[in-house]
Amino acid sequence: MAKDKLTGSEIVLKVLAEEGTEVVFGYPGGAVLPIYDALFKQKTIRHILVRQEGGAVHAAEGFARSTGKVGVVLVTSGPGATNSVTGLTDALMDSIPLVCLTGQVPTHLIGNDAFQEADTTGITRPCTKHNYLVKSVDDLARQVHEAIYVATHGRPGPVVVDLPKDVLQALADHGPAPRREAHKSYRPQTRGKQDAIDRAMDLIAAAKRPIFYTGGGVINSGPRASRLLGELVRKTGYPITNTLMGLGAYPATDRQFLGMLGMHGTYEANLAMYHCDVMVCIGARFDDRVTGKISEFSPHSKKIHVDIDPSSINKNVLVDLPIVGDCATVLAQMLKRWDEKKYRPDTKALAKWWQSIDGWRKRNCLAYEHSGTVIKPQYALERLQALTAGKDVYFTTEVGQHQMWAAQFLKFDRPNRWMTSGGLGTMGYGLPAAIGVQVAHPKALVIDVAGEASILMNIQELSTAAQYRMPVKVFILNNQYMGMVRQWQELLHGGRYSESYMASLPDFVKLAESFHGVGLIAEKPSDVDGVIAEMLKVDRFVIADIRVDQTENCFPMIPSGAAHNQMLLGPADKAARPISEEGMVLV
Amino acid sequence: MDDKTIERHIIAVLVDNEAGVLARVIGLFSGRGYNIESLTVAEVDPRNARSRITVVTSGTPQIVEQIKAQLDRLVPVHKVSDLTEEGEHVARELALVKVRGSGDRRVESLRIADIFRAGVVDSTARSFVFEITGSTDKIDAFVRLMEPLGLVDISRTGIVAIARGEKPI
Repeated sequence: MAKDKLTGSEIVLKVLAEEGTEVVFGYPGGAVLPIYDALFKQKTIRHILVRQEGGAVHAAEGFARSTGKVGVVLVTSGPGATNSVTGLTDALMDSIPLVCLTGQVPTHLIGNDAFQEADTTGITRPCTKHNYLVKSVDDLARQVHEAIYVATHGRPGPVVVDLPKDVLQALADHGPAPRREAHKSYRPQTRGKQDAIDRAMDLIAAAKRPIFYTGGGVINSGPRASRLLGELVRKTGYPITNTLMGLGAYPATDRQFLGMLGMHGTYEANLAMYHCDVMVCIGARFDDRVTGKISEFSPHSKKIHVDIDPSSINKNVLVDLPIVGDCATVLAQMLKRWDEKKYRPDTKALAKWWQSIDGWRKRNCLAYEHSGTVIKPQYALERLQALTAGKDVYFTTEVGQHQMWAAQFLKFDRPNRWMTSGGLGTMGYGLPAAIGVQVAHPKALVIDVAGEASILMNIQELSTAAQYRMPVKVFILNNQYMGMVRQWQELLHGGRYSESYMASLPDFVKLAESFHGVGLIAEKPSDVDGVIAEMLKVDRFVIADIRVDQTENCFPMIPSGAAHNQMLLGPADKAARPISEEGMVLV
Repeated sequence: MDDKTIERHIIAVLVDNEAGVLARVIGLFSGRGYNIESLTVAEVDPRNARSRITVVTSGTPQIVEQIKAQLDRLVPVHKVSDLTEEGEHVARELALVKVRGSGDRRVESLRIADIFRAGVVDSTARSFVFEITGSTDKIDAFVRLMEPLGLVDISRTGIVAIARGEKPI
């Protein structure tokens, strides 16, 4: 072997190291054995061995979302690649920067139905931001660098690099890291057009019933964006609501924060959206879970939309003033303009607006009926919030009722502390994501708020947590149902609970123990505090099996096909307003 | 723009000529439920390995705006240009039309081909292949006239288009 040449595998690792990668989540297999061999011989990059490739992608997502860095995945060809498809789609929907390196059969076998061959670039084309099939070792370094650039610039997203085994074994020169030149075609616009900023600030300053509606784009833009958002919101004194993806961008404990909006958002946030006269959407995309019925969405407002992705603009909702740019850059431009023009909000109108909002707040829409005998899921989360307040906690969730309750009852004061599958709604996301977060923050408290159905979808990752001694806490709100499915069946399908009951659940305490962790169980409200305290004390992974009310529903709720001002506030509300036929066909 | 009228647009897309780029464009249209009336692609700048895709699509103004934005964010796409919106342009199609027959019908087909300035690029004792270029309407009209005269096969390129005037895409 010539001394100045490197193998493809060594080049891959060298490029990753040059890009600052410290950790890779993966699972070995035939086609990627050369990379695993190269990994074995170096110390720069750490490898976390998951138990299924889907877990690797979610773990990388958790890593990326809690750090703002790119998450890196390494899987083999065929089933390794196909198992990662759900995670890639999840990362695409939630705009999470990932690079997924997939093994591939040698180039001369491609198209031959070789063992563990799959058309990975074909399969992942619609579920990645971009993908590459590296056909020559001479292109390898450039393409891996480019993959990381594409994943992290503009609207972030997952990028697949498919690596045929012969390319990994071939030799090539590898000089110093190339200077980053402008990409030949992909150059997203980060600075907002000044005339649009000027017009936006005129509109914002003159607003009588304004609202900031901000999303995951602010988180993705980095902590500076959240800081600048806070500055602008406080300067104006205007109310702010966050999407599910955007929680933490503005402190939840602040008075100006109205809580999450959307299908299970708060009464005050949704009514403020409905009645506002100026809506400032920053880094959010008017998702159907946010807007409800489009034709009745915020009918009286002028809408400003800041987004780095031009295709998000006017996709679902037509806006009056689009601004294409990076959230932090645009927020800085907005603040500069606000200060230059010495704008002052219309305090009289604003006082009246806050009066309306405070009236809606008084409805106390998250109230629930307490019980002395059954654990209400909301109660369990209230206690979890209370007993972890003041700590720097990273929360992940699975998908379903527990996710929505977590979004309602947990208070995020900082960005990058909340990892949940928003766009795709992937059950099984939370545990591997929590593992990824724990890898990034070994000393931090990481809690996966889970449901008993979701957790079983990636339960094998407990073995990963055990192997690396990760003290991840899995807080299961166990109602023995796929709770959100059950809720929709109750509200929309005449209470016919078709296949939503979780029969033959495992004993979660024994399950935890069999994976070398600790299992705890709470069966009545008086157990909850003790279980949480014990969970926080244990220095190993914990499953806390919280046996909650089986029939509790998640409110408030905007039924499918309804508008923001037609929320159901609780069980008593549902009979009065049957769900429309158009609503029935929506997801 | 909240208007529901369906408009037909010719969009030119300059892309890197690399593996999978056409699949990306087509997948975008099928995955998001957009229409493709026709699509042509060929390399136009071998030195820089650039291809030009001409796609004819239709939709409401909001959908057409979406299509352009979605195309523009594909990584290998250099430029998206809506020729319909940007003003005067020339749009042409080429068709090869095979007509089989004898006697009067054969003579008549030749006569019509002459009127349409279609050339004969292949002939046998019982058939012609005509080559015709022009607007879609012109080719449609030619094809209609050939139908009763023994039309047996057609191959059409779909539209290629370019803006009038001196400016490139």
